Formats: sequence, C-alpha cells, structure tokens
Amino acid sequence: MSTINLTIDNRKVTAEAGTTILEAARSAGIKIPTLCAWTERNHTPGACRVCMTEVEGQRSLIAACVFPVTEGMVVHTNTEKVRKARKMVVELLLANHPQECNFCVRNGSCELQKVAEFAGLKEVRFDYTQFPKEGMIDRSSPSIVRDSRKCIECHRCVTVCDEVQTVSVLTPANRGSKVKVVPAFDLPLVESNCIACGQCIMVCPVGALYEKDDVDLVWKALQDPKKHVIVQEAPAIRAALGEEFGMPPGSLVTGKMIAALRRLGFDKVFDTNFTADLTIIEEGNELLKRVKEGGTLPMITSCSPGWIKFCEHFYPELLPHLSTCKSPQQMFGALAKTYYAETAGIDPKDIVSVSIMPCTAKKFEAQRPEMNSSGYQDVDYVLTTRELGRMIHEGGIDFVNLPDEDYDAPMGEYTGAATIFGATGGVMEAALRTVYAVVTGENLPSLDITPVRGLEGVKEATVKVGSLGDVKIAVAHGLGNARKLMDLIKEGKGGYAFIEVMCCPGGCIAGGGEPIPTNNEIRVLRSSALYKDDGKVQKNRQSHENESVKKLYEKFLKEPLGHKSHKLLHTKYTKRGTELPHTKDE
Amino acid sequence: MKAEDNELLKEFTSGQIDKLNKIISKHKGKPGSLIPVLEEAQVCLEYLPLSVQKKIAKDLNLPLSRVYGVVTFYSFFTMTPRGKHTVRVCLGTACYVRGGKALSETLQKEFGIREGETTPDRMFTLETIRCLGACGLGPVVVVDEDVHGRVKPSKVKEILAQYS
Repeated sequence: MSTINLTIDNRKVTAEAGTTILEAARSAGIKIPTLCAWTERNHTPGACRVCMTEVEGQRSLIAACVFPVTEGMVVHTNTEKVRKARKMVVELLLANHPQECNFCVRNGSCELQKVAEFAGLKEVRFDYTQFPKEGMIDRSSPSIVRDSRKCIECHRCVTVCDEVQTVSVLTPANRGSKVKVVPAFDLPLVESNCIACGQCIMVCPVGALYEKDDVDLVWKALQDPKKHVIVQEAPAIRAALGEEFGMPPGSLVTGKMIAALRRLGFDKVFDTNFTADLTIIEEGNELLKRVKEGGTLPMITSCSPGWIKFCEHFYPELLPHLSTCKSPQQMFGALAKTYYAETAGIDPKDIVSVSIMPCTAKKFEAQRPEMNSSGYQDVDYVLTTRELGRMIHEGGIDFVNLPDEDYDAPMGEYTGAATIFGATGGVMEAALRTVYAVVTGENLPSLDITPVRGLEGVKEATVKVGSLGDVKIAVAHGLGNARKLMDLIKEGKGGYAFIEVMCCPGGCIAGGGEPIPTNNEIRVLRSSALYKDDGKVQKNRQSHENESVKKLYEKFLKEPLGHKSHKLLHTKYTKRGTELPHTKDE
Repeated sequence: MKAEDNELLKEFTSGQIDKLNKIISKHKGKPGSLIPVLEEAQVCLEYLPLSVQKKIAKDLNLPLSRVYGVVTFYSFFTMTPRGKHTVRVCLGTACYVRGGKALSETLQKEFGIREGETTPDRMFTLETIRCLGACGLGPVVVVDEDVHGRVKPSKVKEILAQYS
C-alpha cells in the first residue's frame, strides 16, 4: 500500500492510497458530518451531500465520503462556501421531512438532528412539504413500522437487509424525486419475506423505521386491578438498558432493571434466563437423543425468531434440523400460564405475560398461532429494550440512582450459562457445558469455551465429549453467515453435530430492539457485560445447577423431553416457501 | 410447462410463456443478465406484471425486490399493459397556455383513466409529453404517429373515432 500526502484544513495528513477524503480526515481527527454513510459496512452512496468539502483545483464541491485522496491534494472542510452549501443541503432535507421531532421515536438519537446542529442551522427558508395524512406509514408488520415520509433515502436499510441479512426485502424503487424505499411491488411488509429482525431500524439515521410500539397496551394492563401482570427480560436487556439513561455501553444493570420494573407496577419480576437454563436442559437432551437414535444432524438452535422465520422462508427443506425447542421467551410464556398459575393459585386468564426483548422478531414470535399451548396466548406483549427505556422515562423513575433488587421466585433464578444466551456463541457454550456434564458426569475442564466467543462471522470448534468422541460445532451470527452454513449442510458438507445461529450480527445484544447506536465497539462492550455476569456475578455457571429448574422438573414437568415438555416447551415450524429467493450471483 | 407458469397463463398465451422461458435460459448464469431478460421479455409480453417479475426473479435466482427496483427505475419498462394506440397530449409551455391542460382533462374523463394508464379495453394508453417543437400547432395531441394540431376539447371524440 502506497502512502498519500495531502493537506486537510492546512494540516499535513497522510493516508493510504484508495482511502476517501472522509476516512483520511477522520483518522486525522477532523470531523466532517455525514448522514447517508455507514462506514462500518463501507456503505457510502454519496447520496445526502452533507459531507461536502472544497478541494483546490476542483470546479465544484466534493462529497468527501466517495472521493479518493490523491498526492498533494489540498482539502478545506470548513470554508464559507462549504458551510453555506452544507446548510443548504440540510435545509432542503429538513424541508422535505415531517416537522415531528418533538414526538418522533428518534428524538435525541436522530442523525439528521445532529447534522442540522453541526451545520449551525437556525432556520429553514423553504416551505415544508405537506405529506398526505394516510398511505405513507406501513403498520402491517407486528414488529416494524415503516414511515416513508421520514425516509431520507440513505439506503442503509437496503444494504443491511440485502448484504448483511441476505433477506433482500427492501429496495429503492422508481427514480429521481419519486425514489422510495419499499418491499417489492410496494407490498405491505407483512406480505413480504421480512423476517422482522429489525436490523433496518438499527441503521436508520432517522425515524423512518422503528419498532411497533406496544407500551400503551402494557400501561393499560398495569392499570387494570383485575390483571396479574408478570414480566420476563432477555439476558441482553441487562447489558444494554443503562445506555437509554446515559450509562456507558457495557454497564450491567440487572438489579436496577428489576427495581425499575417493580416501580412500574409489575406484580412479579421474573427472568427469561430461568427458561434459558430450561432450554439448555431440553435442547441438550434433544441433541443427545438425536445423536444416540440417529436423528437429523446437525441440530440447529431455535432461540432466535428472526432466524426461524428466515429458515422457514429460504431453507424450508432444512427445517428438520431445527431443534424443536421453543425459544426461552415462549417456554416462559407457556409455563407462566400453567406452572406459575398453578403454583401461585391464579387463574391463567387473569395473567398478563409481558416480555422485554432486545428483538423485534420476538413480537412476531409471540403472535405465532401455535404459541398458545397454555390455552391462552402464552406471551401477551413484547417490548423492546428501547420501549422499556421510554416507559421508565415516562414513569418518572430515576433509573441511574435505583438500588439493586432481586428477582421473584419461582421463575427468577438463573445461571451464568443462561445469561450468555445474549451474545453470539453463548447458547452453544451453555449447551456444551451441560451436554458434557450429562455425558461424562464431570464438568468441562474449563467452562470458558473461548473459540465460540467474539465477532468472527462463522466460528468452528471441536470438543471432545466423553463417549461421544469429537463433537464438531459451528456458530453463525447475522443471516448472511448463517446462509454459508446452511449451504454447506445442503451439500452434505461440514460434518457438524450442532450449530448455533443467531439472527443479528453479534447476537441478541445487538438485536433490532436494542439501544441506538449499536456498532461493533458497543457489541463487544455489551457482550463482555454478559460474560462478566457469567464469570464473576453468578455463582452457578451451568444450567443443570439451577435449583429452580430442578424443582420445576420435580414438581411439574417430571422429565426432560417428557409428555408435558412436549406439549408446552416444543414446537413445529412452517414452510413459508421460497418464491422470492436471494442470490449470490449478479 | 411447469406448474408455476399457471399464474402466467391468466395473462399470457402458452406461446408467450414458451418464449419467456427461452429468453431466460438464453441469459441465465451470465453476469448482468437481468436487464436483457427484462428487455426481451417486455418485447415479447408487452408488459411486466408481478407474475412475470416473480418468474424472472426465481429463474435468475435474484430477489424479487431487485427485479422490481430495476423495472421501476427505467422508464422503458412498464408493469401495466399498453393500449393498441398511444395518445400523447403535449403540456409544453405553448400547448399548456393554449388549452393543453383542458385537453388532458377531457381525455382523462373520456377514457375514465389517469395519465400514464390504459383503458380497460386496452385500446388507448394516455400519456403527457413536454413540447414536440410544434408549438405553432398548439395545443397538440399525438395519436401513435399522427399529429393533431389546434385541438379543441369538443373535437376529441371525433379524433379518437378514427382509431379502432
């Protein structure tokens, strides 16, 4: 790589050949505002024109995000001409944007707001576009709302949907001033192949994509004296919720979260981690049964509802590989209205079961028609981390200064194995700990299975498990990576016994319901909070050591994979067809 | 013929579908095959509705969203059938001030369709254009290759009657 010498704002800067002005400026600590660029994925369409700079010798202003540096180049990022043009660009963007900042879901985390501030905007000299009252907001999906009025055409959502998740639902349609990001044929999202992962929300710079808000429904249930409202929270919430209150990424806020939920009025605060431990018992036994009885292998984890829907759409022939275990959320839901109702002597019809998830696909999962094995909809409402954050704000709770509180019994105890479900590789690590113990009667030499941790797209390892010999496993996160493994299985290659797939890059700690922004740096910090919970906070680190789960089997389920488990904890999948395929070529 | 072609049979003849299959297999597997396939398919089928785009997406192993994106990007492609005759009303400045707008409205009323649409009997497709350079004749209506000048709304019916 040759080095290029250039001058930015009268400072000598060196950069590698092939880098853009934007990259060179950033590495020199010079800030150029951007809006459409998503540099982590190299997505720089040069569409928004916010990153205008003046380059000596060039006739017009230059978009820094797409213009490569050249030897001797002289760049100015802050001249009168640049500032004037930038203001104009932002003014035009704002003039074509609804004036709803006060109550927009992205108020405070909106990149357009930040750019307007950077540009020093004090007024918009143009008439604002009047948008039609109806027809521009798609609320068809149980998970994601699309508000085309607010779209600024940066197309980051198209890139994440197409290149990262390889679902390819969203596309720019039409051209010129009529361009619109839509599913094919402008169909409602619910009729498309959308798997509801919400990664489009995570990259949207504005409020054009957001979760379907169910906060008001939960408030209503909490206000109803006849209802017994219980709540479960996924592991990833405790590693991220603090960010909604200005705490640094990676803060582990389990105790404060429980305290906040009690103050909001939930009758019992339970934990999805309890059923994560249960999932490991059921799934571990299912794996051993498949190995012993010659069942379909590799077995693939089924905790991630976006991944499940993806498999149903794009790899329906591989559905027998999926573990029949419901996700921890749904196991919890089914037990809440049976086991808990019985234990507590409450009529299940009076129980409202709420779950707090880092995930938008969980909203879809809760509404799947088969998820009513208690005789009622097992999980009534799903809120994302962000929705819970808004609820706590709305409830006037000073989150940061809350005391730590503890979970309620009988569905609140958990082990370190459960809490790492929130990070890529975590389910695999938790399962191996228990499978190893069940097969050998001993603990793994080290409970830390580091080859499955971290942000590498596809991770592989071989673990010697007593009489089973070498067990080859793989872990994928992000559906583009999952696709690589699925294509291997289709070709009969890989030789894996067990595969973990999480839909979102990094796992649930970066799910479509987590705080914004989420990037690789933050992914690492949130994951380490969970590994800290596992390694330092929880005294038990293996699911089969969970006393409350043992009691659940003793008093209620009787045995893993037994009759009751089959009815309440396992499920079936639906072939959804592949009429809208995805490609590798073109 | 494959079962999935049944949806196509509602709108197209089996001869057309055979041709479409040939077009696809001719280009399949080559890089950048989508646009030539769409182009030839439109020549053969006249328009590219959902059923056709789905088939092309499936056979070329492309997401439907990408096919749709390309079809809507290029003005050459159309997703609705074209009429036997194309009626174009000029809305360039000269024609506009001499009554082009009223002409366009009369035609929309006469046909019961909006600009860019085709009559249900597929006789006429209505379009607007910006200046043909025949400003002296304004307002101008062009039907297929015939230029009609100084058209008054009351004469519209008479002109259309010449085309069947």
